[in-house]
Amino acid sequence: MKNLNKSTQKLITTILTIFVLYIVMQVMEQTGNLSSLMSGLLVPVCAYSLVAVGLNLCVGYLGELSLGHAGFMCVGAFTSAFFSKTFQGTIPDVPRFILALVIGTLAAALFGFLIAIPVLRLSGDYLAIVTLAFGEIIKNVINVLYIGMDGNGIHFSMKDMMSLGLEPGGTMLINGPQGITGTPRQSTFTIAVLLLILSLIITHNFVNSRTGRAVKAIRDNQIAAETVGLPITKYKLVAFTISAAIAGVGGVLYAHNINSLTATTNNFGYNMSIMILVYVVLGGIGNFSGSVVAAVVLTLLPELLRGLSNYRMLIYSIVLIALMLFNWAPGILKFREEHGLTGAAIIGKFKKNKEVQ
Amino acid sequence: MALLSVTNLGISFGGLRAVDGFNLTIEEGELYGLIGPNGAGKTTVFNMLTGIYKPTDGKIHLAGKDITGGHTAEINKAGIARTFQNIRLFGDQSVKDNVKIGLHNTFEYGTFTGVFRLPKYFSTEKEMDKKALEILAVFGLDEEADVLASNLPYGKQRQLEIARALATNPKLLLLDEPAAGMNPNETADLMNTIALIRKEFGVTILLIEHDMKLVSGICEKLTVLNFGRVLAAGETSAVLNDPEVIKAYLGE
Ligand SMILES: Nc1ncnc2c1ncn2[C@@H]1O[C@H](COP(=O)(O)OP(=O)(O)O)[C@@H](O)[C@H]1O
Ligand SMILES: [Mg+2]
Repeated sequence: MKNLNKSTQKLITTILTIFVLYIVMQVMEQTGNLSSLMSGLLVPVCAYSLVAVGLNLCVGYLGELSLGHAGFMCVGAFTSAFFSKTFQGTIPDVPRFILALVIGTLAAALFGFLIAIPVLRLSGDYLAIVTLAFGEIIKNVINVLYIGMDGNGIHFSMKDMMSLGLEPGGTMLINGPQGITGTPRQSTFTIAVLLLILSLIITHNFVNSRTGRAVKAIRDNQIAAETVGLPITKYKLVAFTISAAIAGVGGVLYAHNINSLTATTNNFGYNMSIMILVYVVLGGIGNFSGSVVAAVVLTLLPELLRGLSNYRMLIYSIVLIALMLFNWAPGILKFREEHGLTGAAIIGKFKKNKEVQ
Repeated sequence: MALLSVTNLGISFGGLRAVDGFNLTIEEGELYGLIGPNGAGKTTVFNMLTGIYKPTDGKIHLAGKDITGGHTAEINKAGIARTFQNIRLFGDQSVKDNVKIGLHNTFEYGTFTGVFRLPKYFSTEKEMDKKALEILAVFGLDEEADVLASNLPYGKQRQLEIARALATNPKLLLLDEPAAGMNPNETADLMNTIALIRKEFGVTILLIEHDMKLVSGICEKLTVLNFGRVLAAGETSAVLNDPEVIKAYLGE
């Protein structure tokens, strides 16, 4: 670890931690020590973590507030589930899932790109407002989408199921508010963990690359960035598109973990967007590992505390406040700094010289 | 052919005519001073030269090429780099990374190469590090390469801003009040640095300055701006002895 810089050391530590937790969870599941509720949460936790990592790229490095990342997750979820369901009988499981993953990711990236073109030219709160609207529009559009398939091919309507005129024996692919039912459940915990680790590596490499430095420069001082010859719009687009794509991967995982995929306020609306933003803020803006920690803790905690019934929400709130203080209170930050309790400082114990990433 | 030739440049902000009928010719290799009282329009001239403001009238030619009203990033690629009166560093990044951002268009590899760390990533980053440290060494900043830019003392921040501008390999370097807020020691250092970078980088310099000692000590030619208009221009000694200039600026 000697000649690696701090952020690389941190990445390695995070990956090792995730790996250890993965083994622990696997062992607990095999030996029957994991409640069914908990084991049902393993894949969603990874999916939320992925979306949080994607959003953190946007908030922490691009410096733009997005309130619509649930929308990109939604696009990834529905495009991939639609693909998997349509080709369930025609493509073998493994290549189909890989294709679904690629399609969901690319679709989310495309939506991110298209939204960013007009919005990133503006500054201030416009991005937050437009992304918020985007998330809601996507969710509402999916709720009026009826697509079916029979011997004559694909039928499409935005009115109701009847107007599709499906032959008997045809299948509904997307059924309005009922969404997509019977998506093959292929998101295993192993795949989810692998994708999460991959996203952490990609975001880490990105922010430490030539493009990543340019993105951070634009965030730090846009005018100065322009005067050293950086194409502002291009790099903003690149960063936002990658951010949306990662949220899309979260959506693919999410969709292939449940029997019936619907677009409601709780799973893909602003509730979800805000929840993801809470993970990002509590985990530390610009801190990808922190986003994962916050997502894991805040998703699993309510389930772990279920036995405490009445005190559950109380403890949950206390943990929220504690997390917030730990990451943001100036006094505590100073204390951590002085006593070497920052993540970076703890890892930095391996090294003697002071260095800033 | 002059390196920079500005003719009849003007800009209005609403009713305010901030700069009017501004002419300037700078030959390659010159160290040229732009002086004038506060609010005379000096920074506004820099902003027009670098495309941050679009001039209302006039033309700007760099080495014969019309760059009037061009995009800031394109103007930098054409060969103009600058510093700011209020320092604008990339404060959350290291000193070295600030310079590496200046090298962005000189050493290239794509986003994909960076994300998947292909061989070109490692070789290019190594070259960039080497070049960045070389530039920092000229400013005596190589020791602080890994310090966060915002943690540098004020004088060094100004030096770093110049280093970052030079990293873009400009033909013309614009310095906006480089000695502002510096103590006499730092100012003396700065004068040495400016002399050094002319030699090392062979760059032409246009600087805005309030510090008369600095101006008369190093600039070969001056243009004096007053209320947005050129009051006098020419050899430093002649301009500084011009009665109009003494009345409007030096005698105040
Ligand atoms: N963006 C702007 N909008 C309106 N007025 C401006 C703007 N930029 C500069 N000015 C005005 O132009 C005049 C010249 O300013 P400036 O170029 O900053 O002067 P200085 O010579 O001190 O650098 C001032 O009156 C200033 O208020
Ligand atoms: Mg000024």
